[in-house]
Amino acid sequence: MTTAPGTTTPAATAWDYAPAPERVPVTIADSYGHFIDGAFTPAGKTMPTLNPATEETLSDVTVGSEADVDRAVQAARKALPAWSALPGAERGKYLYRIARRIQERARELAVLETMDGGKPIKESRDVDVPIVAHHFFYHAGWADKLKYAFAGATPSPVGVCGQIIPWNFPLLMAAWKIAPALACGNTVVIKPAETTPLSLLRLAEIFEEVGLPKGVVNVITGDRDTGGALAQHPGLDKIAFTGSTAVGKKLAKVAAERNIPITLELGGKSPNIVFEDGAIDQAIEGVVRGIYFNQGHVCCAGSRLFVQESIHDEVVRRLTHRMKSLRVGDPLDKNTDVGAINSREQLDRIEAYLGTADSEGAQRHACSSTGTPGGKGYWCEPTFFTGVQEAHTLAREEVFGPVLAVMTFRTPEEALMRANNTPYGLSAGVWTDKGAKIFSVATKLKAGVVWCNTFNNFDPAAPFGGYRESGFGREGGVQGLRAYVKL
Amino acid sequence: MKLRVAGNSRVGCSRSVSARPKYSQPACHPSREPLKQRFPATRRCTAPRSAPDPPRFVAAYTDGMSERISVTKTHKLYINGAFPRSESGRSIDVQGPKGETFAHACLASRKDLREAVKGAGAAQPGWAGRTAYNRGQILYRIAEMLEGKRLEMVEAITLGDDKKKKNAEREVEASVDRLVRFAGWTDKYTQVLGNSNPVAGPFYTFTIPEPTGVVVCVAPDDRALPLLPLVSLIAPALCAGNAIVGVGSVTNPLPTSVLGEVMHTSDVPGGVVNLLTGSLDELVPWISEHRAIEAVHAGGLSEEHAMALRSGASENVKRVRTRDIDHEGWFDDETCASPWWIEPFVEMKTIWHPSGV
Repeated sequence: MTTAPGTTTPAATAWDYAPAPERVPVTIADSYGHFIDGAFTPAGKTMPTLNPATEETLSDVTVGSEADVDRAVQAARKALPAWSALPGAERGKYLYRIARRIQERARELAVLETMDGGKPIKESRDVDVPIVAHHFFYHAGWADKLKYAFAGATPSPVGVCGQIIPWNFPLLMAAWKIAPALACGNTVVIKPAETTPLSLLRLAEIFEEVGLPKGVVNVITGDRDTGGALAQHPGLDKIAFTGSTAVGKKLAKVAAERNIPITLELGGKSPNIVFEDGAIDQAIEGVVRGIYFNQGHVCCAGSRLFVQESIHDEVVRRLTHRMKSLRVGDPLDKNTDVGAINSREQLDRIEAYLGTADSEGAQRHACSSTGTPGGKGYWCEPTFFTGVQEAHTLAREEVFGPVLAVMTFRTPEEALMRANNTPYGLSAGVWTDKGAKIFSVATKLKAGVVWCNTFNNFDPAAPFGGYRESGFGREGGVQGLRAYVKL
Repeated sequence: MKLRVAGNSRVGCSRSVSARPKYSQPACHPSREPLKQRFPATRRCTAPRSAPDPPRFVAAYTDGMSERISVTKTHKLYINGAFPRSESGRSIDVQGPKGETFAHACLASRKDLREAVKGAGAAQPGWAGRTAYNRGQILYRIAEMLEGKRLEMVEAITLGDDKKKKNAEREVEASVDRLVRFAGWTDKYTQVLGNSNPVAGPFYTFTIPEPTGVVVCVAPDDRALPLLPLVSLIAPALCAGNAIVGVGSVTNPLPTSVLGEVMHTSDVPGGVVNLLTGSLDELVPWISEHRAIEAVHAGGLSEEHAMALRSGASENVKRVRTRDIDHEGWFDDETCASPWWIEPFVEMKTIWHPSGV
């Protein structure tokens, strides 16, 4: 805004943000059935799916029964011979079509994702959906090149894959699961999370649009019981799961009993280590991106910040300053940095952790430029705790919210020992300008992804997955294909 | 009963260390025949000239009426670089072809397993920290030492039954060759299984395999093939920098015990390879639930054992790989010496760094 000379405008007014909601209209049906054998079924017994920013019901989706799951698995089984026998280049062309259609319908998907899940539109628009399209594009090219992917071995499809995905990146997790499975010649029955089914149902429309052969991908919506029925269905040749470690362990047991392969992408309590010789402002950006991205609903979130003792006060000062510019609020607003917590259940869980951290003696610092909006919706202001001890619950358990534990260390050895002192091992961050230190620390961290002087980058070509109790198997890259082939 | 001359591990050692040609001489191992011809006196030097029988490298009990009471060897466990008896004080009566007591070996207990896992956990970072070149030389050294102990190992496999000698020789040779294969993999598998990642952004990104940690290798309890499966299960995990707890056949534990001596004399750091002989009924539940065991490589398990292992393993998200291979299958290098036998025991680490000025 320009101001004529001589007039005065209060600074506060000059810097206020006007609301900037994303206005692309998205039609949502009143109710949805499953997507089985290439067609949508009529809605059966339903459950509501809410917009967590308004608590309004967006639609009613069908709760999948055992019979629904069975029909979906049978459809996938029926589709398998033809799909796996299709020349790789032809399978690839379907995936290219899907990628293109996702790009064409990107804004619609982003808005839907934000409405159903609560994540800021700038993230669903600029991160989630573009990477979803990229995933299909990347894996499309693998479909005819699999024989070059596994040195000296001949890959063949695993078969019918049962896939269960979480609510934090509904469409992205679907892409991570579906794209490599199809490229490798498998067929799929996939179940979205209870609170975020809409974007995957929209993706099913795209499968229909591009003429993907019937039964190659089947989508079953529902709750935990639906997921359980899918995992235990005897017609599956493989289970792939992203979600909590507790559920992952149960599914591992199911797979063990049936002796079928399983890949697990589970929780984390990832360390982000800032050395005194690091570029502090860049590190602060990385810390913020590491823990407040997607309201902290990120399995690889950098939820334990280890700061070298000499720079602790400075880091806390700059972190506070940076967080004071974070805007919490309407996820559809293009200026929003932190959207709505995904569900009441998750908000309760986060608040319980905040209370525990207080009672265990850590100091709470909540800051943003806006505070949380009042009224309807599930909100949590970005928060960090100082004075966190190694034994505190906050230093050990995954919160899955915008809550950071700040701790200090003196030597690289101490940083490594404490960073690795967790049963998890999903990701880690290292901030230093010393090249040799980066490589030394990065190779000693027990984590499947190590971000050096950066954090929370994702790419279909870069394998992602955990060490230890963060799961096994990788998603993305040539290594990610391994989960979907027999050698 | 005929006289059996007591042999012990020094027989094999002295032969390979003092009598072997120096490395500078060409064609050390072109084939096995020249080696035999080069050392025609090897056997005689340990056997009395009067004895018509070939010498026995694994001593068995002899009756007191013979010329000399044999010195029988106590076959022990190999834990953290030492050869303890089982803390339980139990032993296995190993029987020869006619059902006679041939030797005794230790029956490992849960606590022995725990000690072995502890030793492996402590030794693993150092082993993974060795250069790949160094690990390769040490694996090759294991092969060399096993070659040197061929005769003792053959006897340990046959338990004195000469009818089985030919098969046993083949098994030892295949085991030596298997080790040589994986000696060569140490500094190559990362290049075959890892790569740089062409990400869509200004980043330098690569994915490298790293060892999983402590791997328990459970060999089939197969009296007819007591060495090759154990070696084949251990070698791929070991070459990648994992520390090993091997559990060998209980119906014939002697080859496992002799393999421990091979490891001990092969520059393998203490604790990197631990070897137990014990009952799978007893050990499998503890293996499956032990939280410091990060992976399991098992062959020829019964359905019950395999199930127990996989389902207990979900507790700490262990990586479990079971092999269902027949006798001949273990001799197949295409299968057993492939980098895809290493891959289950490595973790892929993706490293990102911004690229720019």
